Amino acid sequence: MTTDTIKHSDAHAHAVTHGHHDTGSIKVFGFWVYLMSDLVIFGTLFATYAVLMRGTAGGPSGAEIFDLRLILAGTLLLLVSSFTYGMAVLSMTAERVTRLKAWLVVTFLLGAGFIAIEFYEFRHLIHAGFGPDRSAFLSAFFTLVGTHGLHVLFGLLWLVVVLVQLHTKGLNDMTRPRILCLSLFWHFLDVVWICVFSFVYLMGVV
Amino acid sequence: MLGKLSLEAIPYHEPIIMVVAVIMAIGAFALIAALTYYRKWGWLWSEWFTSVDHKKLGIMYFLVALVMLLRGFSDAIMMRLQLAMAAGGSMGYLPPEHYDQIFTAHGVIMIFFVAMPMVIGLMNLVVPLQIGARDVAYPFLNNLSFWLFAAGAILVNVSLVVGEFATTGWLAYAPLSGIEYSPGVGVDYWIWALQISGIGTTLTGINFFVTILKMRTPGMTLLRMPIFTWTSLCANVLIIASFPILTATIALLTLDRYLGMHFFTNDVGGNMMMYVNLIWAWGHPEVYILILPAFGVFSEVIATFARKRLFGYTTMVWATVAITLLSFIVWLHHFFTMGAGANVNAFFGIMTMIIAIPTGVKVFNWLFTMFRGRLEFTSPVLWTLGFIITFTLGGMTGVMLAVPGANFVLHNSLFVIAHFHNVIVGGVVFGMMAGMTYWFPKAFGFTLDETWGKRAFWCWLIGFYLAFMPLYVLSFFGAVRRMQSYANPEWQPWMLLALVGAVVIMLGIACTVIQLWVSIRDRRLNADLTGDPWNGRTLEWSIASPPPHYNFAHAPEVGGIDSFWTQKQRGIEALEERPYQDLHMPRNTVAGPVISLFAVVLGFALVWHIWWLAIAAAVGCLISFLARVFNDDIDYWVPAAEVARCERAHQRQREAGDQWQTNGSARGGFVSADLRG
Repeated sequence: MTTDTIKHSDAHAHAVTHGHHDTGSIKVFGFWVYLMSDLVIFGTLFATYAVLMRGTAGGPSGAEIFDLRLILAGTLLLLVSSFTYGMAVLSMTAERVTRLKAWLVVTFLLGAGFIAIEFYEFRHLIHAGFGPDRSAFLSAFFTLVGTHGLHVLFGLLWLVVVLVQLHTKGLNDMTRPRILCLSLFWHFLDVVWICVFSFVYLMGVV
Repeated sequence: MLGKLSLEAIPYHEPIIMVVAVIMAIGAFALIAALTYYRKWGWLWSEWFTSVDHKKLGIMYFLVALVMLLRGFSDAIMMRLQLAMAAGGSMGYLPPEHYDQIFTAHGVIMIFFVAMPMVIGLMNLVVPLQIGARDVAYPFLNNLSFWLFAAGAILVNVSLVVGEFATTGWLAYAPLSGIEYSPGVGVDYWIWALQISGIGTTLTGINFFVTILKMRTPGMTLLRMPIFTWTSLCANVLIIASFPILTATIALLTLDRYLGMHFFTNDVGGNMMMYVNLIWAWGHPEVYILILPAFGVFSEVIATFARKRLFGYTTMVWATVAITLLSFIVWLHHFFTMGAGANVNAFFGIMTMIIAIPTGVKVFNWLFTMFRGRLEFTSPVLWTLGFIITFTLGGMTGVMLAVPGANFVLHNSLFVIAHFHNVIVGGVVFGMMAGMTYWFPKAFGFTLDETWGKRAFWCWLIGFYLAFMPLYVLSFFGAVRRMQSYANPEWQPWMLLALVGAVVIMLGIACTVIQLWVSIRDRRLNADLTGDPWNGRTLEWSIASPPPHYNFAHAPEVGGIDSFWTQKQRGIEALEERPYQDLHMPRNTVAGPVISLFAVVLGFALVWHIWWLAIAAAVGCLISFLARVFNDDIDYWVPAAEVARCERAHQRQREAGDQWQTNGSARGGFVSADLRG
């Protein structure tokens, strides 16, 4: 192949390029599709939890071990972080990079707070002898909540990547769709968490 | 330091495995030596391994699938030989624990590492060309998908020599696959091979779904898409919706085995039937992921060689969509005997029978396409005719199994084995063979040898009936699946007949290998100069064979179904050159192979509980992925002059090809030799 390389910045010269126009919107659409497939994973885990939630095998039930005030605090942190991410996207649309970075940092801190609370909860349960190997109910509980937690953790890592790239590359055709995809991811995790909170914790203590 | 791994993991005491291992080692050594001697490593790496070109990835998928077919078929013939011998007190030549590994490996390899890559390989090769696209939506992910699939295949093959494979059957039903009853590493190999390749499959599903929905050429509305693209679209919807269930289910089994959890255990609140439900909630859509694209192949082949528009295009599309939806509400028919109750069983039985209706619609569409067409009996058409008869038969035994009452008798008998081979061999294998023959010239620029192709077909067809009809008979005598030996000597003649069938199929595979060799030898004689060897109907035949790496210099305008055919009927008008533009193309990437290499190490380390290595490999995966994320030199422009050069070369070649065809000369090889340089 004898071809020349042209840097990204020169791409504007080639306005009409069929097949690759609008790659940003294709990325965001594909990310939606990915989220739907991820939702199937969560759906499977919710179904598993529903089947096993009574399988306490002589161990504790949800009502005995859930600390609703702690979980509510975590929930609020996560919900507010969705709001702050929304503010970040608004800043991006307004091309205000510094403000965008600030909102992303706030989002990171709130997400990290959520993870810290979850970590504390898990540690506490395991130390009390109620680890995931205690009963089928606890296996399903740890796996459902933990899978959500792993997603948030991954989201935090992604936030760091986006912040570094904003610092080195600024706002461009590469970083913009990534910030939008991460925003979808972050809100998606919020929606899943609302289901976890209602279905696992609230119904668990009723 | 090395976890559970020690020298005892290598099965020295199993002579069969050792012989196979030595042959594999010699083969690998010969391959490596040849590549080194001819200095082909650089070429292999830069032109193939790191390529993001969907056509090359499609070829690589198919190549790996053919190699794995040899492995999976060796398992098959070993099983048939065992059962032909192990009658009336004889134990045959395979001890039970080895026999169990073989039937497990056979199922896993044939479904995940033969059928899936063949289907995905064809999709890669054909779908972007059929929709007039320059590449897929996410070329890097496409490369990564292939290598993750290859990583899974490598792990399965490693299990042959280091350790063992699962003895649980291809779906590893719990609690048999739990740590209590399968303490060895076999199930762990199964877990990580499927988990890693399954992630690749999910990425492929997303990639092609977006490609088909977002990257079609102007004018190609959904109801103008070629049928193969339609069936691929539906198969990808099934992948997106069902493979995450597999991922989750295997993850839960992993947690049971590695962290002592209780999802599928028999005690502490676990529910083993949940495993069976979950695995089939993925597993039933999976069989349609395989068969729908095969349906697409037959539709293309029959319309092309009957020289007619496909009968009932719209009903074909809706039948495909109906099957896609229905495939999610039939899974329970795999275990009617679970005891879900009469009403539940009745629902799933009726749904299963209903799914036969859209399939029947398709059969009639193919028949009416042939009716009053001018059918040319090429080998793709023979595969199609063989399919229609064989698959219809298999469909009918499927409807029999859908009757819960009958199912209680037939469950886990050889009837089930005969039924699903009836549809998978008759449907998927025949479809992939037809597809390979049909699109081979598009991929390589020369057609496959017809004589050996037809021989392969007849061997497969006759061999299939010889091998599997006896199993229907045996099932009525009470023979069950997965038995290593049997007491009743009266079964033996039927088992011998089945062995003969397997040998005939082996001859069919040999014919395909010879066919490839003969065709490559005579490639100049069989050169496809026009890019349209079959007088095709869809866009992939409108460009050169093999296509330039950018596929289409200009986005083709589409005005209806089979637009290339319509265009040819009007006479290929206006060959005057439109000005060419620079084309935007993705750059090759090392990230796919590197990430997947770490994935192989990760899988291996997890199988053997070598935790430090697992952590190192996971970090390796992450860092190489981040390196890709931070790389913004991922694309380039093909200059218009380069495009013009390629297109003019094809134009000259096509004119030479037309001349060659009108002269009727059978010796046109020199033309292609000149032009190909």
